[in-house]
Amino acid sequence: MPHNGSVSAELAKTEHTSESPAETSVTPAPPKRRGLTSIEALALLLIFGLTARPGLTDLFAAPALQAWSARFVAVCVQAFPFLVLGVVLSAAISAFVPAGFFHRVVPKRSVLAVPVAGVAGAVLPGCECASVPVAGALVRRGVAPAAAFTFMLASPAINPIVVVSTFVAFPGNPEMVVARVGASLAAAIAIGWLWVRLGKTEWLNLPKHHHHDGGKWAAFWSSIRHDFLHAGGYLVIGAAIAASLNTLVPETWLQPIADNPVLGVLALAVLAVLVSICSESDAFVAASLTQFSPTAKLAFMVVGPFIDVKLAAMQAGTFGRRFALRFGPTAFVAAVLAAVLMGALLL
Amino acid sequence: MRRDAQAVILLLVGGGMLRLAWTGDYLNYVKPYAFWLIVPAGVILVAVAAITGLSAWQARRESDDGHGHGEPRVAWLLLAPVVGMLLVAPDALGSYEAERTGTVVGAEENRSSYPELPDDVDPVPITLLDYAARAIFDEGQTLEGHRIQLRGFILYEGDEPQLARMVVACCAADARPVKIGFEGDLPANLEPDQWVEVVGEYTPRQGRDEINGELVPYIEVESVTPIPTPDNEYQ
Repeated sequence: MPHNGSVSAELAKTEHTSESPAETSVTPAPPKRRGLTSIEALALLLIFGLTARPGLTDLFAAPALQAWSARFVAVCVQAFPFLVLGVVLSAAISAFVPAGFFHRVVPKRSVLAVPVAGVAGAVLPGCECASVPVAGALVRRGVAPAAAFTFMLASPAINPIVVVSTFVAFPGNPEMVVARVGASLAAAIAIGWLWVRLGKTEWLNLPKHHHHDGGKWAAFWSSIRHDFLHAGGYLVIGAAIAASLNTLVPETWLQPIADNPVLGVLALAVLAVLVSICSESDAFVAASLTQFSPTAKLAFMVVGPFIDVKLAAMQAGTFGRRFALRFGPTAFVAAVLAAVLMGALLL
Repeated sequence: MRRDAQAVILLLVGGGMLRLAWTGDYLNYVKPYAFWLIVPAGVILVAVAAITGLSAWQARRESDDGHGHGEPRVAWLLLAPVVGMLLVAPDALGSYEAERTGTVVGAEENRSSYPELPDDVDPVPITLLDYAARAIFDEGQTLEGHRIQLRGFILYEGDEPQLARMVVACCAADARPVKIGFEGDLPANLEPDQWVEVVGEYTPRQGRDEINGELVPYIEVESVTPIPTPDNEYQ
């Protein structure tokens, strides 16, 4: 089998790097050696994975598990490239943008900085997986958190790729595009201003970045490595939850709810949180939920990029749990309100 | 987590993605265009893995122990998609999912025009979604007078076989089926998930999907031929 070959090659490399230098470096400092080191644990896990492969394949042969793992792998494979884009951008901001740059560019007063950041969100052509690490880098670089959060919320909802895909998903319905951009921008700015008034810096728990003496490039690579491993781990949690909900929650539950206008909006808002679809394609999914009202579909598209299970996990990882617990529900409420208002005005 | 272990995890994730792109298996999970996202991302991850591995090795030589300082423990979870990509390698979603999800034609409702099908091709190959949209929202006007060729897999709604294909907007996590019923005689013992090529003609008969109550158009069957599973099972 072709993949066994490639994995065992990696495995051989693993064992190689762990065995020989470990003797020279760890023996002089015995107290540091408690139980397995991570590289040995990893090698054991890989050996186990390869030997248990036939059993694994049998276990995952059940159709429900096949479907679950296909969805899980699909969310990861779709999201990883955008996460890589996000961590590369955020590493570039951390390593190469001079510390004073954002102080000069972003308005001094947070009240003004928030709308500027919201509109600036249009330039990051990615989905929400990319915007979370970038917002983290902005805060670390001294941008006011309120402005960074507005940027984080606005960018996945109003960037050109998302605008075009929404336009394509709702042909002959350009007011849906206007409503989406308007509602997302308004809610993102509202949350930024709310943070200016009520937000507390002690809720934030940004993981420390270590300063490397190896120069800017060393800092750049090290930041990519750290951010990808960190945010990627949380993304995996979100992907597992989203795959479980997509596989386990029967669609028939939605049918009676769709007929009620208020319940319909709430149901699609909650659905957006649960299914965690990339903002670049959620318009196509929204368009396919034909039983629901246009305002409910709008709520689905405004809530999705603001908060979903995958994002909540990533925000908790990037900014800390205390932050995520407060931020998630607030973003949800603001997004639903903005969608309902905009829906009443335009749709 | 030590830095060399981090390098291995980055290598496995990046290598797994490159392998999906190389074998073409990525089509089981994402749209074809995602190839151009997966490959650069995989290359960057492998490069980061190489640089991390190199710096860990150099740190060792300078008798630094190579330990990361409180590095992310959550990174261990990245082994889960690696197991998924390299070891489990699940198939594309098929009849199991399609039998549990309502048909998806509604998204095509707002299409403004249904161009005429070509007269010089017989039978005319079109997608299931196109057929369903023309049948439901255009009363089949552009379908009449043509022999139609459809490709999809078999699923059973109760005892009744149907033709289906999964429609994917972004990745397989949002896959939804479009379903088409058969009118006329079918070969016996069609297995679920068997891919077939159906040639037939438009019929005004329509049914309702049991799950979401959407319309399911029918096709009057002339022939049903088993075909091998295509590379891209989604549409």
